[in-house]
Amino acid sequence: MISNKIKEIKFGILSPDEIRKMSITAIVTGEVYDNDGVPIDGGVADRRLGAVEPREVCPTCGNTRDNCPGHFGHIELAKPVIHVSFVKYINMYLKTTCRVCGRLKISERERKRYLELLRGLQELELHHLIKRFHEYIRRKASAVNKCPHCGAEQYKIRLEKPHTFYEERGEGLVKLNPAEVRARLEKIPDEDVRLLGGDPVHARPEWMVLTVLPVPPRAVRPSILLETGIRSEDDLTHKLVDIIRVNNRLREHIESGAPSVIINDEWDLLQYHITTYFDNEVPGIPVAKHRSGKALKGIAQRLKGKEGRFRGNLRGKRVDFSSRTVISPDPNLSINEVGVPEMVAKVLTVPEKVTPWNIEEMRKLVINGPDKWPGANYVIKPDGRKISLKYVDRKAIAESLAPGYIVERHLRDGDIVLFNRQPSLHRISVMAHVVRVLPYKTFRLNLLVCPPYNADFDGDEMNLHVPQSEEARAEARLLMLVEKHILTPRYGGPIIGGLQDYISGAFLLTSKSTLLKREDVIDLLGVAGYRGELPEPAILKPEPYWTGKQLISLFLPKDFNYKRPAKIASATALKCIDEDCPHDSIVIVKKGVLLEGVLDKASIGREEPESLIHWLVKEYGEDLARLFMDHVFKMFLRFSEKHGFTMGYADLLLPRDAKEHIKQVIEEKKKEVYELIDKYYRGELEPSPGKTLEETLEDKIIEALSKSLLDKVGDAITPYFTLNNPVIIMARTGARGNPVNLTQMAALLAQQTISGRRITRGYLHRTLPHFKPKDLGPEARGFIAHGFVDGLTPIEMFFHAAAGREGLTDTAVRTSQSGYMQRRLINALQDLRVEYDGTVRLPTGEIVQFLYGEDGVDPMKSDHGKSVNVERVIQKVIGWRI
Amino acid sequence: MPSKKTKINILEHELVPKHEVLSPEEASKVLKRLNIKPTQLPWISIDDPIVRLIKAKPGDIIKITRKSPTAGESIAYRYVVVDTLHPKKKGGK
Ligand SMILES: [Mg+2]
Ligand SMILES: [Zn+2]
Ligand SMILES: [Zn+2]
Ligand SMILES: [Zn+2]
Repeated sequence: MISNKIKEIKFGILSPDEIRKMSITAIVTGEVYDNDGVPIDGGVADRRLGAVEPREVCPTCGNTRDNCPGHFGHIELAKPVIHVSFVKYINMYLKTTCRVCGRLKISERERKRYLELLRGLQELELHHLIKRFHEYIRRKASAVNKCPHCGAEQYKIRLEKPHTFYEERGEGLVKLNPAEVRARLEKIPDEDVRLLGGDPVHARPEWMVLTVLPVPPRAVRPSILLETGIRSEDDLTHKLVDIIRVNNRLREHIESGAPSVIINDEWDLLQYHITTYFDNEVPGIPVAKHRSGKALKGIAQRLKGKEGRFRGNLRGKRVDFSSRTVISPDPNLSINEVGVPEMVAKVLTVPEKVTPWNIEEMRKLVINGPDKWPGANYVIKPDGRKISLKYVDRKAIAESLAPGYIVERHLRDGDIVLFNRQPSLHRISVMAHVVRVLPYKTFRLNLLVCPPYNADFDGDEMNLHVPQSEEARAEARLLMLVEKHILTPRYGGPIIGGLQDYISGAFLLTSKSTLLKREDVIDLLGVAGYRGELPEPAILKPEPYWTGKQLISLFLPKDFNYKRPAKIASATALKCIDEDCPHDSIVIVKKGVLLEGVLDKASIGREEPESLIHWLVKEYGEDLARLFMDHVFKMFLRFSEKHGFTMGYADLLLPRDAKEHIKQVIEEKKKEVYELIDKYYRGELEPSPGKTLEETLEDKIIEALSKSLLDKVGDAITPYFTLNNPVIIMARTGARGNPVNLTQMAALLAQQTISGRRITRGYLHRTLPHFKPKDLGPEARGFIAHGFVDGLTPIEMFFHAAAGREGLTDTAVRTSQSGYMQRRLINALQDLRVEYDGTVRLPTGEIVQFLYGEDGVDPMKSDHGKSVNVERVIQKVIGWRI
Repeated sequence: MPSKKTKINILEHELVPKHEVLSPEEASKVLKRLNIKPTQLPWISIDDPIVRLIKAKPGDIIKITRKSPTAGESIAYRYVVVDTLHPKKKGGK
């Protein structure tokens, strides 16, 4: 589509003449309405400023409010007033020009040369250089203290924020009033303005000091009629009334020849009102307030910030064809699908062109109408007329349907939609899903798609958008579909993959001890959607049995080779040294057959680069990987259900002698700590380099009571927990939890810390009144000798809560900080792109990187950042030998 | 504290990559390859210590050869400019 292109935008400053010319009337009185509530002519609600009431006819243009564009008025100021937004530039002009003759403080010869240079730069369109050139001239001119043209001595100009100028003369600081400032700016020749970077045609410097103030149309500042019948005016209207009142008073004082003190006071007040009218958040002056104490909104406040015109209205648009509701999980959906409630499907529509091939189908949809799914809500005739199917004879419309008509039909299975969860931090926060219309009222998604959205089901809501054009639908399907994002560009690896129950299920299914009867095999393969022959059973007599590994192999490509230790091998007790090891912790796939090794997080888990899932996506395509996840993963869940998988209190209990042993270990450590404290009191403790004695002591205590103690106890309890224990299965396979969690549940929580130190806050010299002042012992400073299985003492529970709070506050602070950083980064980088030659450039062609990321590698297609993984290539080519 | 007389040659420093001034022919070849005007290259100030050391002049193009953990070696170019915003010595334009 080619439309009119905007080539250039020019910003300028309105001159007093322009303001008067565009004004329909001078606004002269602070009175707004008369006693009958009729707007007073010459007041801020003057009817000539435009029609705002429903049937009002504009006296200026003759239109009603729908067509009246609104008309400006103006206020003639009794004295000039500085425009706050231009103070920076006024300051620059005052500093660079002569206070007497108004010329740029640069010698005539140089000035001529600079003008020529500037012309040259402009001809070459070297905009960045021009900017620097102006900066150079400004710097040079403001350093001069004697005018090279008239010889007048120059004083330093001082700006007192927000808008008061002083001259540092010999006798002291002398204030320059806006009239004097304006007089100086008027004297600056056009050529000098150009040299300083100004535009004398569209922005003469003196226009930055206002003599006439535009009054915006009433439509810009509408008044609201409250229920009580009282009219409430817009903040800008209030401000304008203030300005007019003070302006009139000032004029009277001048005309009556009042003393200059009074005039100056009134003048300052006018300046204040006009400043706050433009911007009510200027630092250095009091904020103008309502009678209620609420700050008034100036013009700047309408534009600035998140809710302002730019971020709130122009960049943040509301859209049609979108929907939002709570999400819930559905493992029976494909990862590419989203479950859409019927209720939603009846509101969201897709425009479908009627053709000879779909006309009968479209007729059926039209007859079903808006209330019966699948139906249609509107029909658009070739002439563009839109007919709602709500209150018409739908049979007749269906009959009249012909090729060329467009039917806005309900969303139905197979449609493509965009699905999104805020905060949209990366591109996989918005992905395309295929619709499945389902009963109930939540959006449903496969659990495997939670990680990219960072979604869970504790009440999360998500948004859904329906693309309306063929191009948009094609792009969504080809670029944004979930399966295209199994691999993430964040690191070279899959972000979508097994998690939680899928992993424990996979482990149980592929364990050596798992043997499956014929019925089980049929059940499992049925869930996975397998259509084909059953493989030869692994055990024939007395009854045929299959292994879980056999079932997995059915779904692996026939030329797939893979070898990697399983996650459970990270525990020394379960580590396999070679292929003949009984722990089954090396996963080996040869020619598509899972020969040995259990599947766990290391092979099918998410965020596991160089895993089985990763190689499947990379080497056989997203499509196969998706099928693997839709089918095989379902089998994992089904097996976990058949097997039964749960954990309980009893799974964490330790035998009596183990408990005794742990108690002993703790006592030993405590003794160690008391010895340290004694040593400290005796003055025998040596401070570590760079630390005070107290810090040294604390460091040593924390070291003794947390890491080393937890490790020791952890080692002590591992023999009691085997892979038959569901808690251990989860921790070892990487499904959920880790060995430290286990120790904390079964044995002890150990030392609690806040900002990495033992807990000291609370009462004077002690944490709680239960302890003696200055007690340095473990219990008094947040040591917890119990695990969750035993339960905590009240004091321990208090310390645990205190330390837990730190994590919560940290998260809260981190999210807000990273959110803002994200915004700044996006704003700075959004226009960069990788060109076809591999360079990264701005839209204007400036180079940012000579080769994307220095190596030109797309991280999504890399292996953990590497462009070529030599080991894998070898593994793939020569296969893997036992 | 090192004495004031201690002077190191930053050209020899481990962390300073190789900088070379391109001849006009090489420079125009680079510009042609990238299809850009010199000002569209990233800029480097004439006051940058390395630029002074290799005696580059405003308008020159510098080739920088860096060690890169991912690419082994990566090449970048800089366009030498006079820094009017943070001038070190007087004169200039
Ligand atoms: Mg949540
Ligand atoms: Zn009008
Ligand atoms: Zn002068
Ligand atoms: Zn240094």
